[in-house]
Amino acid sequence: MVDTLVFVAAAVICLVGALGVVLARNPVHSALMLVMTLFGIAVQFVAQEAHFLAAVQVIVYAGAIVVLFLFVIMLLGVDRAQNLEMSFLPVQKWAALLFASGSLAVVVALIVVVGEPVTGVHAMGGTLGGTDDVRLLARSLFSDYVYAFELTSLLLVIAVIGAVVLVRKPKQTNPVAAEDGGGT
Amino acid sequence: MEITTGWYLVLGALLFVIGGTGLLIRRNPLVMLMCVELMLNGVNLSFVAFSRTLGDIGGQTVVFFVLVVAAAEVVVGLGLVVAILRRQPGSTADDLSALKG
Repeated sequence: MVDTLVFVAAAVICLVGALGVVLARNPVHSALMLVMTLFGIAVQFVAQEAHFLAAVQVIVYAGAIVVLFLFVIMLLGVDRAQNLEMSFLPVQKWAALLFASGSLAVVVALIVVVGEPVTGVHAMGGTLGGTDDVRLLARSLFSDYVYAFELTSLLLVIAVIGAVVLVRKPKQTNPVAAEDGGGT
Repeated sequence: MEITTGWYLVLGALLFVIGGTGLLIRRNPLVMLMCVELMLNGVNLSFVAFSRTLGDIGGQTVVFFVLVVAAAEVVVGLGLVVAILRRQPGSTADDLSALKG
């Protein structure tokens, strides 16, 4: 009974937040609605005994990513309201609605028809059980998935360098740089 | 009523579809990136649901990697948005058609 209540409440929070992200005219409101959805997802993670992921969800998503979004919104001053009707291509709205209803119908039909959709091989990294999901996650992360883990560190370095290169102001073309061959 | 895995999967599918629809109908690049985050979160929810159903920690590990990739994606995406909007203030995704050939 409590499980059902928690699921329904968190699902309502998630869906209201998701619709808010899409329908809010002001990007700041979209970002705040995104926080609401992410908290709802974190509650769902706790309900499924993924406590570590719930904490990471709140810290990384709500704490870092959404703050980054808000930072960029404030930096660029793009917090003007967008008229939702003005900017559509003629068929875009209907194509989007067709995509949405079609894919939702397919996915939900699959879930309902297949019923208990358990396939695949069991438990490469360790079986869940009890409450020490941090220990299991760490063991799986640093044994079976260690190469992927190292690659993500490379990915983060690339992302940081890429962000710095992208956001850097283009240098004024001064004669000195033009003379010595121009390193770029 | 008991909450089975299917309910979580349906919620994940709903979030994914709402995010995809928003990606298609919104023209503000920042909001489009937020919609991508919604889609990723829908998938994450499905991963965790399967992880619990199968009793396998692998699903949670994949969610961990998705979080990292999402962070990298947002960093690069916002860098692009800042670079573009600094050059053409107030432009939307419809204005950025220079590569359409």
